[in-house]
Amino acid sequence: MADAPASAIAARMSGFVGHLRLNGFALGPAETATALAVLAQDPLDPARSRHRLRALLTGRPEEWRRFDALFEAYWYGRGRRRDGVERPPERQRRNRAQQRLWRSHLGEQAESEAAEREGPKIESAAGEATEGEASGRLIAARDERLARTDLRHIVDPAEMAAAEALAFRLASALRFRLSRRQRLAAQGARLDLRRTIRRSLAHGGEPFELVRRRRPEQPVRLVVFLDVSGSMQHYSRFFLQFVKGLVCRWLESDAYLVHSRLVRVTDAVRERDSLKAMTRLALLAEGFGGGTRLGESLEDFNRHYARRALNARSVVLILSDGYDTGSPEALAAALARLKKRAPRLVWLNPLLGWRDYRPVNAAMQAALPHIDRFAAANTLDSLAALEPELARL
Amino acid sequence: MTFQTLDIADRLREVGYVADEALALAVELAVQLQRPLLLEGEAGVGKTEVAKALAAVLEARLIRLQCYEGLDAGHALYEWNYQRQLLAIKAREREALSAREVEAQIFSDEYLLRRPLLEALSQQTPPVLLIDEIDRADEAFEAYLLEVLSDWQVSVPELGTIAATAIPHVVLTSNGTRDLSDALRRRCLYSYVEFPGPEREAEILRRRLPGLDARLAGEIAGFVQALRREELEKKPGIAETLDWAAALTGLGVERLGGDRETLQRSLICLLKTEADLKAVTPEVAARLAAE
Repeated sequence: MADAPASAIAARMSGFVGHLRLNGFALGPAETATALAVLAQDPLDPARSRHRLRALLTGRPEEWRRFDALFEAYWYGRGRRRDGVERPPERQRRNRAQQRLWRSHLGEQAESEAAEREGPKIESAAGEATEGEASGRLIAARDERLARTDLRHIVDPAEMAAAEALAFRLASALRFRLSRRQRLAAQGARLDLRRTIRRSLAHGGEPFELVRRRRPEQPVRLVVFLDVSGSMQHYSRFFLQFVKGLVCRWLESDAYLVHSRLVRVTDAVRERDSLKAMTRLALLAEGFGGGTRLGESLEDFNRHYARRALNARSVVLILSDGYDTGSPEALAAALARLKKRAPRLVWLNPLLGWRDYRPVNAAMQAALPHIDRFAAANTLDSLAALEPELARL
Repeated sequence: MTFQTLDIADRLREVGYVADEALALAVELAVQLQRPLLLEGEAGVGKTEVAKALAAVLEARLIRLQCYEGLDAGHALYEWNYQRQLLAIKAREREALSAREVEAQIFSDEYLLRRPLLEALSQQTPPVLLIDEIDRADEAFEAYLLEVLSDWQVSVPELGTIAATAIPHVVLTSNGTRDLSDALRRRCLYSYVEFPGPEREAEILRRRLPGLDARLAGEIAGFVQALRREELEKKPGIAETLDWAAALTGLGVERLGGDRETLQRSLICLLKTEADLKAVTPEVAARLAAE
């Protein structure tokens, strides 16, 4: 008799864990077993059991907050359709519409061709960059002509693809130059035993010279804002590849798109499968269109992400032409707050590479006092020139 | 699996930590299941205090590992005392020992520097191990921690595997400055610690400051609650509330609504940035005190 209810409870519990799993919780069979044992502890007190199960089955703040709703939905059948129920057909339809929006930024064939082209290539491109030719200068030398052409003049699809690949490789190479292997250092914290013994040979085995080593300074943390408004159209597809390269190779980095609002795209651009990445980007670009609202977007960042994303070794990189539809005061205020948290602010403006451009518009004028380095970014060369900025603070 | 009941909530209260039910049950479960407990929440909600209180409850030793950027195994786990090793080699040079004998000597317990993690694994009675602000450590270190936290053992290449003599009670805290890996999260029980509600905060005040007037404690808790709802750069934590309450007692304040100027001056205990101090003008403070 006692067996039947026990197995029924076990089935219900594995159903519950499955229910959580469907809602994105990372849970395995081991958790189900433990959950059952926990439930058996005081089966007559659902409130206590709920707290216990929550401690056991959640792992992050979002899960912690959603647990109550999911718990009630499963055990009491309340609000079942409220949360986390996906309706794929509708969403897919929306995706397609949004992907079309993105085409102007990503190029017509980006979706289909990019998938075949890029999947394995990311690996090989990264491989090349890590194999010895890690000077960071290689790329500029090899494709000199392409690197110097203003990106908006690149129209040939093959050249476009090459320039995109180059932008990605460039970013990877930047990363490699800043690796964290331990190096010899006179004042290092750790003794390099191997070298100490080697040098002791010269003194008849007397460890006279102590050789030390230490970890090099950590590379900076990178936060990139990419303006994808209409005025940036000719540049943003290359910049997106550049940002993708930076974010894929740089562990501590964060990428945001800025148009009429701010969208965090770090996870989307880290996606290896570029078709998936495009879909995710398209999904994230809801509300796309209209002008750039840089000031508001940056303020949004200050409020919600800055504490997490910035530390004392952060470099904030803004890729924008500075044509802002918001108020210049808001932009200046947002930048001032941003500057408090991030030690270095780099603004790359593609227009700055043009012959007659002067940053006279109100937004750019408001922003200039807060910028540490204001540089052109209309060619791949100018992107490569970023390296010293990123190397150290 | 059977568990002994612990009534952690009551026992935590006895040592001065007033936990809500969710947190108390999470702590209890962590002790029962011998799993590490990961606490997240804003700075100042009393995450670190949980470990201290737990150590007091269990009458166990508290071993603390403060994480920081660049923390590596050498600082967290163990390190060979190179200088002593070299010295030993030199001192015994003339004894004509074989290489194997020398090796056996210099790679022995005597030359091992135990850092907090190894220290925690080699106690006779289970200690409380507090790994504070794990999000500040590198990802590489987090991965290293996994072996310790799941198998309760440490691999030292020269000595072999050192297993725990007693499984420590582990409390990890994180402020969410970096996302932790799923692997680490899966090994831990989890609790998100919120700021306490007004009643609980007042109770904390009364427990920690027995001399405090009960009505003033209620007013202080209400004021801080209202202050946390304002748009501030840094919300005051529980430690700040306690500081402030102590300061008010020291200044001889009996009611918050009384002396505006003293109230305003004492706010430096709660507000720790210039912008926040400016944002809370005497008018705002008076409004909050009235709420």
